[in-house]
Amino acid sequence: MPITAEFDYVKPKDMDEALQVFSRYGDKARALAGGTDLVVHLKEGLAKPEVVVDIKALAELSGFALKGGVLRIGALATFAELIASPLIKSKFPVLWEASLTVASVGVRNRATVAGNICSAVPSADSAPALAVYEAEVLVRGLKGLRRIPIGEWFTGPKKTALLPGELVTALELKLPEKKHGGCYMKLARYEGEDLAQGGVAVLALADNTYRVAVCALGPKPGRCPKTESALNANKLSDKVLATAKEAILQEISPIGDIRSSKEYRLHMAQIMLERAAGHAVARLFGKGPAYGTENIA
Amino acid sequence: MKKHDIQFKLNGEKIAITVEPNDVLLDVLRGRLGIKSPKVGCDRGDCGTCTVLLDGRTIRSCLALAVEADGAEIVTLEGANTTRKWTQRLQKKFHEKNAFQCGFCAPGVILSATELLETNPKPSEHEIKEAIAGNLCRCTGYEPIVEAIAETVKGK
Repeated sequence: MPITAEFDYVKPKDMDEALQVFSRYGDKARALAGGTDLVVHLKEGLAKPEVVVDIKALAELSGFALKGGVLRIGALATFAELIASPLIKSKFPVLWEASLTVASVGVRNRATVAGNICSAVPSADSAPALAVYEAEVLVRGLKGLRRIPIGEWFTGPKKTALLPGELVTALELKLPEKKHGGCYMKLARYEGEDLAQGGVAVLALADNTYRVAVCALGPKPGRCPKTESALNANKLSDKVLATAKEAILQEISPIGDIRSSKEYRLHMAQIMLERAAGHAVARLFGKGPAYGTENIA
Repeated sequence: MKKHDIQFKLNGEKIAITVEPNDVLLDVLRGRLGIKSPKVGCDRGDCGTCTVLLDGRTIRSCLALAVEADGAEIVTLEGANTTRKWTQRLQKKFHEKNAFQCGFCAPGVILSATELLETNPKPSEHEIKEAIAGNLCRCTGYEPIVEAIAETVKGK
């Protein structure tokens, strides 16, 4: 299908040039990295930019590195690069596990983590993992740098805190100070390529505190503080889990759609929470299933 | 729209072509360069039948702008079967195992399998299924495809 929308294409060689373009065109400019969402939006007329700005020549946006306990993921880092990285697998296993569930190999070879959160669909698989690692989104504009906590990034379905004229340059994740285990549990109709009907990430830390975040269970992905309170400072017992499973129902508001009913999502959110918490704690102690092997399909 | 003069390598051959910013790579390959192995299926990245190798990795050519190919190396099934170690072996095994019927998905599946075997020459059945999860086949039920890939490595 040809793209009927007309636009210009530029590929800036450095950040200054890129920011000039974003500043001049404002919301009429769209950044192009992997293009796996943008090109679909161009084809379907959901995006109608005057200029498409290919950011792939901006070398400072590529790759990722862990320095001083902070993982910086450049805006050009793809899911395939994260999956291939022993660093991500060992230090940020929930992000690694979530990355494996994104679309398929040929999409992950191009799709970026930054692009995933810029598209900001409620089912963004990377979002719960970024939330439990308390990520910050780094955005640049001509006025300077802003750091936006991931909890303030998503403002609604397909809506973010990015302002016209700004570009996401990186994500920064804090390596948890304490030993941790985690799990991203995705509910899909089948194994392999599918959108999440629901997703729950749990991070269990060595001091018996927990971080819980969800996607596809409400208009935007994010943390579940009441569920965390129910789990915190507790060993996972049936009683604690029962309280947490009640709590999560107060924090999610799933819709019913072609892929599942609202009631099914509410029910499965509890199941996913229970299983993900169980795996997270087991993995904290070096047991449990290997990362990347457990999902509900 | 300002047109762009781009150059890239296509199956080993240097290509110089002028494209519009909104030209999709798949459409340029099929419509202007005579490359017919990548097919137009879902046209939105879900079905995998438009798969090509861009700088050695599989991508969805329906989700790439043609202008992005500037300076890149693109290999399609037409070129892969003489330049990539596994491709022709896969093709022979697919033929032998009846691993395609209508053939619409086959170029994409074979390129995905090529990429898999180049990085992981001893894949498990699960790894094979994961590697081709983004390539939809409506004829075979996948079993002969998975078998053909597994037997290609075993050299049976």
